[in-house]
Amino acid sequence: MSVAAHHNSALQATRKRRHAARKRTNYIALALSLGAMAFGLVWLIWILIETVRLGVGGLTLATFTQMTPPPQEAGGLANAIYGSLVMVGLATLIGTPVGVMAGIYLAEYGQKGWLGSVTRFINDILLSAPSIVVGLFIYSTVVARSKTFSGWAGVLALALIVVPVVIRTTENMLTLVPNALREAAYALGMPKWRVISQITLKSARAGVITGVLLAVARISGETAPLLFTALSNQFFTSDLGQPMASLPVTIFKFAMSPYENWQQLAWAGVFLITVGVLALNIAARTLFRQR
Amino acid sequence: MTAILPADADDAAGMTERPTRRQPMTNPPASRAASPLGDAVFALLAKAAAVLTLSLLIGIIGSLIYGAWPAIQTYGLSFLWRTEWDPVQEQFGGLVMIYGTLMTSLVALLIAVPVSFGIAMFLTELSPSWLKRPLGIAVELLAAVPSIVYGMWGLLVFGPILAEYVQQPLQNLTQGVPYLGALFSGPPVGIGILAAGIILAIMIIPFIASVMRDVFEVTPPMLKESAYGLGSTTWEVVWKVVLPYTKTGVVGGIMLGLGRALGETMAVTFVIGNMNQLQSLSVFEAANSITSALANEFAEAGEGLHQASLVYLGLILFFITFVVLAFSKVLLARLKKSEGARS
Repeated sequence: MSVAAHHNSALQATRKRRHAARKRTNYIALALSLGAMAFGLVWLIWILIETVRLGVGGLTLATFTQMTPPPQEAGGLANAIYGSLVMVGLATLIGTPVGVMAGIYLAEYGQKGWLGSVTRFINDILLSAPSIVVGLFIYSTVVARSKTFSGWAGVLALALIVVPVVIRTTENMLTLVPNALREAAYALGMPKWRVISQITLKSARAGVITGVLLAVARISGETAPLLFTALSNQFFTSDLGQPMASLPVTIFKFAMSPYENWQQLAWAGVFLITVGVLALNIAARTLFRQR
Repeated sequence: MTAILPADADDAAGMTERPTRRQPMTNPPASRAASPLGDAVFALLAKAAAVLTLSLLIGIIGSLIYGAWPAIQTYGLSFLWRTEWDPVQEQFGGLVMIYGTLMTSLVALLIAVPVSFGIAMFLTELSPSWLKRPLGIAVELLAAVPSIVYGMWGLLVFGPILAEYVQQPLQNLTQGVPYLGALFSGPPVGIGILAAGIILAIMIIPFIASVMRDVFEVTPPMLKESAYGLGSTTWEVVWKVVLPYTKTGVVGGIMLGLGRALGETMAVTFVIGNMNQLQSLSVFEAANSITSALANEFAEAGEGLHQASLVYLGLILFFITFVVLAFSKVLLARLKKSEGARS
C-alpha cells in the first residue's frame, strides 16, 4: 500500500513539474511573440518619426518653387517633383489599361487554358522581380537604341512595374464577382464584352482602383529602374526626350553627398515621398473597405 | 391557404400581362443587338495584353543575355568564381557581388523569419480581435515605405546607432574568440553586410509575416480546437498543429521574402559600403552586392566589357530570383490545392 501511495505521489509530482514546464514554455513563447510584434512596429514608428523630424525642417516654400541647386547653394526640388509627377502619371496611364485587359483575360477568358496559367505564373514572378532588372531591360531596348537617357525611357520602366500589380488585383477582384451576376447579364442577351465591361468590371471597380492606387504608390518610390533610364537632370525640363529629374533619384544623389544643404533637401524629399506613398496606401485601403 | 391565394392572383395577373410583355422582344433596339465584332475585338485585346505580359519576361531574359554576351563569351561560367573587378584593367568577375547579395539576404532571413513567425502567431492567436486589423495594416504599411527611405534612414540614422550600441560591444565581447572574433572584426562604422542585412530584414518582415498570417488562418479551426480540447497550450497548438499543417505555405512565404531581399537595390546600396573586397569575411566589413554595383556603376560604365559584365551580373541576379520566386509560387499553390481538397 505505502509503495503504491509513494508511487502515486511521485507521479503527481512529475505531472505537476511537466505541467509547469509546459506553461513556462508557453509564457516564454507568447512573450517572444509579443516582442516580435513590438519589434515590427518599432521600425515603422522610428522611421516615421525621423522622417518627419528631419524632413519638415528642410521643407520651405522654396522646396516647391526652386530648382535643384548646386552644392552649398539654396534651392528646392521643383524640377524633381515635377519630373516624378509626370513620369508616374504617364506610366500609370500606359500601364493601367494593359494591366486591366490582361487581368480580364486571366479572370474571364483564360481560366483553364495554358496561356492563362502560364501568364498567371509569370506575372506573379514579375510582381516580385528585382526592379533594377527592369531598368536594365529598358536601357538595352530603349536607351541604347536612341543613344540618350530620356524621360520616356523612365516612363516605360515604371509602366512595366505598374502592369503586374494591376493584373494581380484586377484578376483577384474579377474572380470575386459572383457568377450569378454574369449569368443574369447573359440571360438578358448581352454580348460577353459588354457583360465584362459594364457588369463585372463595374462591380469590381473599387478593387481595381485600389490596385491602381497601390501601383502608383509603388512606383512613386521606385528609384532603381530610373537610375539608368531617366537618369537625372539638374534643370527643369518638360521635354520627355531629355534626361529627367525625379524625386527618388535626386534623393539618392543628394543623400550620398557630403554637402549639408543637399542632405537637407534629400530629407525634405524623403518626407514628401513617405507622406505621399503612405497616404495613397491608406486611401486605397479605406476605398476598398467601403465596398 | 391564405398565403397561396395572393400568389395565385399574381400568377393570373402575370398570365394576362404576358402578351403585352412579349411585344418589345419582336423588335429589339438596334444598339442592344449582339455584335460578334465587339466580342472578337475585346477578346483579342485581352489576349494581346496577356501575351504582352508573357513576352515581357522573354524580352527581359533575351535582352539580358544579348547585353551580357561579350562577358559571357570572355569568361563563360568562370565569371561566377572570379574575384577581380577592375574596370581600368578590364578584368571582371562576379564572386564579390554574388557573395554580398547572398550574405546580406542570409543575414536578413536569419532575423526576419523568427520575427515574422512571432508576428503571425501574435496576429492569429493572441491579438484581441479589435487590434488585429490596425496591427495588420501597420505591418503592411512597413512594406509600403519606399526602399529609398529605408536606405537614407539606414545610412544617416540607424548606421551610427548600430555602430555605437551593437557593433562595438559585440567586438569587445568576442575579441579573442577564434571564429566569432573574425566574424565581427573590421571597422565598426555601421556600414557593411550586417547593416544591409538588418535593413533588408526590416523590409521583408511584412512580406513574410503577412503570408504566414494568411496561411495560419487557413488552418481548419476544428484541428486547433481539438488540440486545445486535449489541453494543449497556445504555443503547442501553433508549433505542433498549425505549423506542420501550413509548412509548405510558410516556406513559400520565406522564399517570397528571400526573392525580395535578393533584388532589393536602394536600401542595400546606401548601407553596404560599396567596396569590392573579399579578404575579410567579417559581417562588419563594407562589401558590394549585385544590385548596388549596378546602381553605382552602370550609368557611368563605358560600352564594352565593363557594361557587359554588369549586365551579366543582372542576368545572374534575375536567374537566382526567378528560381527562388518560382519555388515560392509552387509551394504556395500546393498549399492552396490541398486546402481545397480537404475543405
